[in-house]
Amino acid sequence: MADKVLMKGNEAIAEAAIIAGCRHYFGYPITPQTEIAAYMAKRMPKIGGCFLQAESEIAAINMVYGVASAGLRVMTSSSSPGISLKGEGLSYLAGSDLPSLVVNVQRGGPGLGGIQPSQSDYFQATRAGGHGDFRMIVLAPASVQEMAELTVKGFELADKYRMTSMLLADGTMGQMMEPVELASLKVNAAPEKPWATNGTKMQRAHNITNSLSLVPEELEQLNFARYERYAEIEANETMYEEYLMDDADICIAAFGIAARVSRNAVDEARRQGIKVGMIRPITLWPFPTAPFKAAADHVKSFISVELSMGQMIEDVKLASECRVPVTLCNRAGGMIPTPEQVLDAIVKANNGGER
Amino acid sequence: MVVFEKPHALTDAPFHYCPGCTHGIVHRLVAEVIDELGIEGRTIGIAPVGCSVMAYNYFNCDMIEAAHGRAPAVATGVKRADPENHIVFTYQGDGDLASIGMAETVHSAARNENITVIFINNAIYGMTGGQMAPTSLPGQITQTSPYGRDVNHCGYPVKVCEMLSELDGPEYLERVTVNSVKNIKNAKKAILKAFKNQVEGKGFSLVEVLSTCPTNWGMTPADALKWVDEKMIPYYPLGVYKDRSAAKEVEA
Amino acid sequence: MSTTKYLFSGFGGQGILFAGKFIAYKGLIDDKQVSWLPSYGPEMRGGTASCSVIVSDEAVGSPIVSAPDVLVAMNLPSLDKYESAVAPGGMIFADSTLIERKVTRDDVKVFYVPATAMASENGFPTLANMIIIGKVLSELGEFDADSINATLAKVISAKHAAMLEVNLKAMSLGAEA
Repeated sequence: MADKVLMKGNEAIAEAAIIAGCRHYFGYPITPQTEIAAYMAKRMPKIGGCFLQAESEIAAINMVYGVASAGLRVMTSSSSPGISLKGEGLSYLAGSDLPSLVVNVQRGGPGLGGIQPSQSDYFQATRAGGHGDFRMIVLAPASVQEMAELTVKGFELADKYRMTSMLLADGTMGQMMEPVELASLKVNAAPEKPWATNGTKMQRAHNITNSLSLVPEELEQLNFARYERYAEIEANETMYEEYLMDDADICIAAFGIAARVSRNAVDEARRQGIKVGMIRPITLWPFPTAPFKAAADHVKSFISVELSMGQMIEDVKLASECRVPVTLCNRAGGMIPTPEQVLDAIVKANNGGER
Repeated sequence: MVVFEKPHALTDAPFHYCPGCTHGIVHRLVAEVIDELGIEGRTIGIAPVGCSVMAYNYFNCDMIEAAHGRAPAVATGVKRADPENHIVFTYQGDGDLASIGMAETVHSAARNENITVIFINNAIYGMTGGQMAPTSLPGQITQTSPYGRDVNHCGYPVKVCEMLSELDGPEYLERVTVNSVKNIKNAKKAILKAFKNQVEGKGFSLVEVLSTCPTNWGMTPADALKWVDEKMIPYYPLGVYKDRSAAKEVEA
Repeated sequence: MSTTKYLFSGFGGQGILFAGKFIAYKGLIDDKQVSWLPSYGPEMRGGTASCSVIVSDEAVGSPIVSAPDVLVAMNLPSLDKYESAVAPGGMIFADSTLIERKVTRDDVKVFYVPATAMASENGFPTLANMIIIGKVLSELGEFDADSINATLAKVISAKHAAMLEVNLKAMSLGAEA
């Protein structure tokens, strides 16, 4: 208790990044994540780091590209419309196999949308962060403590696999304050980066950071190699949490704030004698396919609870191989499902789809 | 007796550039400057998207390939990763620097980012096969201005040095060309100064090099060199557009 | 097991978010699970400000408070907006300097505190929020000097240490109101 402080999710991300050894942050203001930039602006100069407000999200992600090329831990953050602008850079980072941490504190869309919380960038994060064949490791925290822990984890995984980790939060997670303990964060130092373009010192052949490859046979091999790495990540880095799943007849699928809301509903349903549990993906990519596949053996149905028009539900269907019904319980555009709404969905599912 | 040597900062890879293209000359000048300043081991170059996209194969220092127009932002990151040691230059064409990357150009200049920018202005998009550039001259015929650049329809060329000179930020802006021995010598001096400024921590230094594109201009290399004199220099006068340190010395 | 859900609401500048933060921090000091969630966006510039706080013996699920056990309404629009949302049997604390009407529900406990007037009269016009907090804690039976002092030490930075005493005084005034 003594070491715990109340922090906003956005601030916890920023401080955890500093703890993880990140000394370079580039960003552009956008609600609801600007606290990250403000925090970095205050802290970085005091610890010999660099905070720079870029002229655009596009410039910011390319500054990230520069620092990552030089082999240092680096991050940027934004919210949905700004992440779309960063899409170009995300693709280039992937094509050049550069590690970085990108935070998306989502808001409702599409377009300028609103500023209230959303999870409607799930597809963008897990499928199409930019053009070309590539993946990002997508981490979905559900508490402020986890915001801090997954920030550190994000840097470590990015370095380990030479790719972008995206922390996918939402306006609620970014703005809420909860107790955080930072002293317990364990950080693995960055590995050696012999590929970095940080000057030859006249002691080695020149390194080239590059995503251009005009010979299709070679480009294909690069893609194959990248996907072999992705397979390793799927095998070793998938994270999820199960809640009351052992005897569950109904399984909620929810991440981030939706999982927080759903937990209240699960508890209430259990009090009413309904056997319901929850699988909370912590990595959205790689998606925790195994627990959903296993659950499909014993549950009557899945309910995907989302702050979107239904995006993760596709992964739930794929993972459970559509062996039992998967229904959607959702709000969109910046609205958040209430525990009562989720409870209704549970009761309905328990009655075989009838109220 | 050695009478002619390749600079160490250039690799052995043969240039892929068209006959009469001046990229090769400018590459060589940059490499000579890197050699003379003894900075190859701490230099990181940023290649653009355009004809010089594969510049990373030609320089012996570490090289980074950037997205179209983003070289100054990437350079900002690399520079700030180790401001004491890294010497960072971008090498960009007119489409890259003055069209799609205009925001990155202007803002890195406004920040007086301590980097060196080599700007190749040949008034055309070369790699994609001869389309109108932001610097194509009024009336200039290109693939996307087949009746000549109509300023009433698509506006006027961008004069980068003049425009940036209005900013308080940049340290040094000079326009040169490489269409004669005398002009090449002068270009070398400007490029040397632009790198030296960075070594001395003075800030954003940009050298605009009026260059040729015989292939897409539809000219012989010799005619292309003449076209620079006759058409380009009158529109884009050579000279120093900003030299803050020199101006300070004069004041003092 | 007990969980208390608070909703604080008023004008921007009345210290609504700070009041919520105080309650959340006090929960932390008292070894409870807590969450604090502000409204955010354009309304923070002079319009309505509100925040949800949950203090619980168990892990907090949703941090959103839609049916508060305790509503602190520091202006009329806040009372108009949230009166009907308060959980039956819950409590409403209203700043009666700024809210002239009475609460119409009869299934909640209501406390009218002229906090804004009291704050002005006592020479700390910006501490109406803490006067109400004092009243809230006293009615909940949680006006415990040790934990309040420890909380104030957390929420007031060292360079404003002088404010500590004044805040405590404001809270005591509220507790006795």
